[in-house]
Amino acid sequence: MSVTREEVAKIASLARIEMHEGDLDHLVPEFNKILEWVEQLGEVDTSGVEPMTAVIEQKLRLRDDVIDADPKTGGGRRDDVLANAPVAEHGFYGVPKVIE
Amino acid sequence: MSNYRIHGATGEWEIVVGLEVHAQVTSNAKLFSGASTAFGAEPNTQVSLVDAAMPGMLPVPNRECIRQAVRTGMAIEAQINKWSRFDRKNYFYADLPQGYQISQLYHPLVGKGALHIEADEKAGIPADKVIGIERIHVEQDAGKLMHDQHPTMSYVDLNRTGVALMEIVSDPDMTSPAEAGAYVRKLRSILRYVGSCDGNMEEGSMRADVNVSVRRVGDTELGTRTETKNVNSVRFVMQTIEHEAQRQVDVLEDGGKIVQETRLFDPGTGTTRSMRSKEDAHDYRYFPDPDLLPLELDDEFLEACRASLPELPDAKRRRYENELGLTPYNARELTAEVETFARFETLLAETASALGKPEAKVATQVANWSLSVAPGVVKSLGDEADMAHATAARQAAILKMQDAGEISGGQAKEIYEIVLKTGREPDEIADTEGLKQVSDTGAIEAAIEQIIAANGDKVEQYKAGKDKLFGFFVGQTMKVMQGKANPAVVNQILKDKLG
Amino acid sequence: MTEFTKLGVREIRDGVAGGDFTAREVADSFNAAVEAANALNAFIVVTPEKAIDAADAVDAARAAGKDLGPMAGVPIGMKDLFCTDGVQTTAASHMLEGFVPRYESTVSQKLWDAGCGMLGKLNMDQFAMGSSNETSHFGNVASPWRKQGSNAAMSPGGSSGGSSAAVAARIAPAATGTDTGGSIRQPAAFTGICGIKPTYGRCSRWGVVAFASSLDQAGPMARSVEDCAIMLGAMAGFDPKDSTSLDAPVPDWFGNLDADLRGKKVGIPKEYRMEGTDQAILDSWDQGAQWLRDAGAEIVEVSLPHTKYALPAYYIVAPAEASSNLARYDGVRYGLRDLPEGAGLQDMYAATRAEGFGDEVKRRVMLGTYVLSAGFYDAYYTQAMKVRTLVQRDFDAAFGECDVILAPTTPTASFPLDSLNDDPLTMYLNDVYAVPASLAGLPAMSVPATMTEDGLPLGLQIVGRAMDEQGVLNAGLAIEQRAGFTAQPEKWW
Ligand SMILES: [Mg+2]
Ligand SMILES: [Zn+2]
Repeated sequence: MSVTREEVAKIASLARIEMHEGDLDHLVPEFNKILEWVEQLGEVDTSGVEPMTAVIEQKLRLRDDVIDADPKTGGGRRDDVLANAPVAEHGFYGVPKVIE
Repeated sequence: MSNYRIHGATGEWEIVVGLEVHAQVTSNAKLFSGASTAFGAEPNTQVSLVDAAMPGMLPVPNRECIRQAVRTGMAIEAQINKWSRFDRKNYFYADLPQGYQISQLYHPLVGKGALHIEADEKAGIPADKVIGIERIHVEQDAGKLMHDQHPTMSYVDLNRTGVALMEIVSDPDMTSPAEAGAYVRKLRSILRYVGSCDGNMEEGSMRADVNVSVRRVGDTELGTRTETKNVNSVRFVMQTIEHEAQRQVDVLEDGGKIVQETRLFDPGTGTTRSMRSKEDAHDYRYFPDPDLLPLELDDEFLEACRASLPELPDAKRRRYENELGLTPYNARELTAEVETFARFETLLAETASALGKPEAKVATQVANWSLSVAPGVVKSLGDEADMAHATAARQAAILKMQDAGEISGGQAKEIYEIVLKTGREPDEIADTEGLKQVSDTGAIEAAIEQIIAANGDKVEQYKAGKDKLFGFFVGQTMKVMQGKANPAVVNQILKDKLG
Repeated sequence: MTEFTKLGVREIRDGVAGGDFTAREVADSFNAAVEAANALNAFIVVTPEKAIDAADAVDAARAAGKDLGPMAGVPIGMKDLFCTDGVQTTAASHMLEGFVPRYESTVSQKLWDAGCGMLGKLNMDQFAMGSSNETSHFGNVASPWRKQGSNAAMSPGGSSGGSSAAVAARIAPAATGTDTGGSIRQPAAFTGICGIKPTYGRCSRWGVVAFASSLDQAGPMARSVEDCAIMLGAMAGFDPKDSTSLDAPVPDWFGNLDADLRGKKVGIPKEYRMEGTDQAILDSWDQGAQWLRDAGAEIVEVSLPHTKYALPAYYIVAPAEASSNLARYDGVRYGLRDLPEGAGLQDMYAATRAEGFGDEVKRRVMLGTYVLSAGFYDAYYTQAMKVRTLVQRDFDAAFGECDVILAPTTPTASFPLDSLNDDPLTMYLNDVYAVPASLAGLPAMSVPATMTEDGLPLGLQIVGRAMDEQGVLNAGLAIEQRAGFTAQPEKWW
């Protein structure tokens, strides 16, 4: 099954990647070639097979409910989280005005 | 089945309502990071590298958030899934740093449950009703956008980002704004009993996504629904439903179609409008979060959760009626709020031990005192009342004197007034303020002797069978005693003397 | 005097510990070698001062009689996928150009704690997506190797191509790599060095820019098996900040190295004889089996029936995870922001991501977006995850009959830069032998074996049971000892 130019454009917008006509020219055929190739997976009989849930068998660990137990995963470091922001003002991140 | 109808130009319409309530889990730290969840901090001061979705950051789940969600599920008699999993809900928005919300679509922590709402004629709920709950899943809250701080920019505060939420999804079982209101109130009460959410709707600890559709009475097909997001009070939920249902009927009767969309409620106007920012966010591309493993709970954990559950509203109400012998009305009033039943149960215990009687024997007296007498006094005093003086011990002391017949109901109120104003002790007040009734038979007999002597004719008539004269003698006696005689004693002596 | 740049990890740490030379001397000569090797374009940023500070600290510690870490005095290259506190970390993308983390990845921190110093951040394929190191925003990395009688620049492999080039060129004794679908093993094979991807979960992913979470694993790249064993020991270990981190003790892999394979069985998967594989590769594979037999192992044929489907499954799972993992690059909190005149939030996202991502990244993000999108999820993603289960079962069954598996690392030797770019699919096929172990989370290593007649190195791959890095390293050592691989690239840079 192959995707149309329009579908590829739709995927791009879903992925928030701006596309120009030129990009689509090479992307559409590449995309279809790859899809056609991965579709051989359809041949595999997977009836009764569970999708993999954990690569290595182990149980999900739960954390204790302690604030800032480890500074690496705790709060109170506004300067660090804002340090690389393209726009930061008055302790906030700035983005183009959103109309909700 | 409620009888709520919308009378359209072309006929009668009924409505179908389902609610997705987002309740903030009570925890110190966030669901997947160690940052604090405290409300009202400076912007971005409670944001970890994980919450800001810095490159290479990873989630590790907070046990307490899981525990509280499980306890909540148990409180609505829901199935708890020992194997669940976190999925990613992918969409782009400025309040969502990861570009996805970690949630649970395919395998939620809590499965089917139910919530009971009571009949309330005047609110428009003809009969008790069970509202199905489809699931409760655990997920991350988003950040906050501020639109009014800058002319061309919105500001982003991530303090709330990653705080644990329970999304409690009801079945589309509600058919009137009143039922929806009752559902939210009841759910809030249960969450607060359990302690898994503070239920503070003003601070956004509890928000409802309101799904509404309409259909002609008799139709069985569900109409197209709209989802109005983040409605944050019971009143607004009801308004949203009223407005949205009416709007949909108008659209349909004008030959239009309802678009399945996300809408926003405007408390100012009480109306809803389409939410532009979410328009094209419909393909969420859910898939299991590869940074996390399946969540597997053992019996030990589940038993601990169950063991930690308090008596819940319905059970408590039944106990109040059946074991304490309270009226259904009193039972409901006393169990509605955590604070109310807590105060009642303390006073009940105090009083029972003060009187040396079982709780069941004094419950009605304490209930009436707690629900009508005491609040009445407090109300009448206004700011004169200092509630710090209103200890259970003092109230129990008053109830004890009243029970012993030492004071009348009226005197009880007067004494409580003074207690609230001054903090003095009830017994001392009763003595020094002369707020006691006479039960000393000698004094009462003397009074009755002279009344009988002075009214020989009436005595004759009474003895001849004119029973209603008994009241006359009681009145006379009270007059002589300046109203301070114990009515019970008066009755007894009169009966003896008049034979 | 010693030519320090010839030395490996063990030689340097022992020499420093024994006082034969100072860590500072070593750091200085590697810094100089790095500076002189710009033609390779192996580094995105160099940090000579970091290498020197670490070296001086080690020398001071030794002078003070303190005991030194297992890699004390060893300067290394750090793949630019690892976040380094105060040092630009880009994943070789324009998106993260200028991004300076305020945190240190767990693995890099462990290496500093072990006494390593940092020579710089190594070039790589952008967001670790690529097999030739041609997708970097900072330009191709050139392999130090060239075909006999040719000046054509060759690929160092990818995505850890800066790492492989630097170690092979001896401008770093060792480097970190990451392996999602062969990104340690394939570059190691292309450049005649060793590289091991440990069991999934051995090395913490905390602070490593994510490509595909369920596959990403960090590992060492060095010129000998024992150097890999030493460095892996320093990198591995339980990290509570990573939910998929293995809560298991780190064995003394180096201390337990043993090339005597008597009593061991080595499996040769029959499905790995695929067409499109060079004869030279097949020959070195047979040669490798010989060497292992010579080391005392019994050679048995095993079957991995779903081999053919591993690569397509990988190209659904990895892009799907990547499409979500890379959603955070939106121009809001860090990195590039492209805000066209009058653009709204969503336009800003689209413009920023169009500008910040290279073609291969866009291709995979879109592929992943597509396979997860409504209506396709089960046909693609769920089916791929089922196939992944089958691939893992294949290995479980095979390891019922053998202790380790011997296979080629790649179907061909290195190829000239710019020779495969027009065709993503042929590029993907480079990892056909590497990907199955990645899907199953198994430890796998590439060791140099033989040379093609036109003078390019070829590697052999050993795959082991989960948690059995020791078995992999031991078989690798047996091959290394018999291969006597001493070839070095002619210095042209
Ligand atoms: Mg919702
Ligand atoms: Zn939700």
